[in-house]
Amino acid sequence: MTPPTARTAFAAPESLWPGRMHYCPGCTHGIIHRLIAQAMDDLGIRERAIGIAPVGCAVFAYDYFECDMLEAAHGRAPAVATGIKRVLPDSMVFAYQGDGDLASIGLAEVTHAAARGENITIIFVNNAVYGMTGGQMAPTTLPGMRTSTTPHGRDVRTAGHPIRVCELLAVLDGPGYIERVTVSRPQYVAGAQKAIRRAFETQLEGKGFALVEVLSTCPTRWGMGPGEALEWLEANMVPYYPLGVFVPRGEAGEGA
Amino acid sequence: MNAPQQARHTDGGHVLMKGNEAIAQGAMDAGCRAFFGYPITPQNQIPDYMALHMPEVGGVFLQAESEVAAINMVYGAAATGARVMTGSSSPGVALMQEGISYLAGAELPAVIVNVARGGSGLGNIAPAQSDYFMSVKGGGHGDYRTLVLAPWSVQELYDFMFDAFDLADRYRTPVVVLADAVLGQMMEPMRFDRTPIDPAGLPAKPWATTGARGRKRNIINSLYIVAEELERVNRRIQARLDEAQKEVRWEGHHLDDADLAFVAYGTAARVCLTAMETARGQGIKVGLLRPVTLYPFPSQALADLAERVRAMLVVEMSLGQMVEDVRLAVSGRVPVEFYGRTGGVVPTPRDVCDALAAIREVAPR
Repeated sequence: MTPPTARTAFAAPESLWPGRMHYCPGCTHGIIHRLIAQAMDDLGIRERAIGIAPVGCAVFAYDYFECDMLEAAHGRAPAVATGIKRVLPDSMVFAYQGDGDLASIGLAEVTHAAARGENITIIFVNNAVYGMTGGQMAPTTLPGMRTSTTPHGRDVRTAGHPIRVCELLAVLDGPGYIERVTVSRPQYVAGAQKAIRRAFETQLEGKGFALVEVLSTCPTRWGMGPGEALEWLEANMVPYYPLGVFVPRGEAGEGA
Repeated sequence: MNAPQQARHTDGGHVLMKGNEAIAQGAMDAGCRAFFGYPITPQNQIPDYMALHMPEVGGVFLQAESEVAAINMVYGAAATGARVMTGSSSPGVALMQEGISYLAGAELPAVIVNVARGGSGLGNIAPAQSDYFMSVKGGGHGDYRTLVLAPWSVQELYDFMFDAFDLADRYRTPVVVLADAVLGQMMEPMRFDRTPIDPAGLPAKPWATTGARGRKRNIINSLYIVAEELERVNRRIQARLDEAQKEVRWEGHHLDDADLAFVAYGTAARVCLTAMETARGQGIKVGLLRPVTLYPFPSQALADLAERVRAMLVVEMSLGQMVEDVRLAVSGRVPVEFYGRTGGVVPTPRDVCDALAAIREVAPR
């Protein structure tokens, strides 16, 4: 018999597919998926939502949300999102992209979507490495960081410097909201939840391009245990990619 | 909607219209309400016309940052079920091939117009037919074909947009309209002889990603990790293309009494038509078979023709691309000779007549 004071303190969001995900142990994609689904539930937009999965570890994300979903070519999710949103302006369009997808092969698409003030939401997951293809250097791989294509550590003299996406896009006039968060500990997860919800609200209000960068871990490709990876993220990634709001909601966002 | 404001001259129901503008007006009249493209010569009047007129019908025009982005915008819009197109020219269409492969793999209808120009590389902006292979053999990576229509007049540029969108929807496939710089840039009298389509009246697309209101979610995808599953999908798509073979179209001119035949499409076929008339004036019994669809290809019509003529002369504005398919269709029954100009050179009727005279020597009696 249920005690009269019982209430549901925690449940899976309805917008999250109830099956088993393919991610590695300790990977934070699952947490981020849940936050997106929770935001869809909270805002009551699941039936208006159309999501776009990237190429990379999150390639199967089209299975993981209980809304209409598309799979895009590598890096092209912002262009696909643009095509959907322009034809169906009342839909809620989000793209989920990793660092290789968004900041390397897809940098043109995300930059121009931002410059147009395209009224879409992008969740950008930055774990500083190509996970799916075997741990190669990403555009966000830190200087000195070892990957399979920087076996002696990223030498910026030959492999170039990392790209700070939020800072890069924040100089444009189109974005309506840009924030960088992480999910390395519970209080940060709560902050990421707020940011993702804000990114959808920005779209709901027609205030233009919204992007949330989530610093994420890849224990498998970093060669660390899950706990160690979270510590490494805070010690190394956060100093290079400072958390915070780069475009406050509602300040800009004059665009499409 | 009625005749466009840009029509420059009307006479007895005809308007004088530029090819590229006929494409754009034809698309809108066919119910296209979304255009995404990137500037490239010699097709620029398509986006120019769309930018001006698409807003009048409540449609979307967007200049993309690249052809790569444009075709992926087409992918997104096609996924919503909208009639959507892009226009480009050879190097731009080459850049779009990845996206066209994704459209094919995801079974999305869309129309791609190629106002082809000389290549390879940057080439030039003169008319060419050197994108035949890219258009009819799949073009991008993977195991797919696109349906390909080859207009030869401004009238057909207009009309074929209706056919292209209908075929795309019917077979859930990207459709390529293959024109060239002559067709895109020239002006000819034409009629708006089709009834404009209201997109609201088109059949529903229950597979479209429009938001899962009161139904199960839809997923648009071309990723199938299990090999047997991808094979099953590829065969399903091919089965639809097999069904589409019945859409094959070709046109014969003076084939009834011909003992020689030109085989040519698009602008080259127009040249051959003039050459045919000249040759017939000299008593040479030559006809013209013009493939109107390049995929499906009129192989049976060519095989039948091979029973009746002594030889064929394939004329292309390339170093020889369609000729391979003609030879496959004819299968050695009669000699299939080739005359081509490349790099943007359009052959003259005299060039073609000279080539015809040369093959008369070798054609068996």
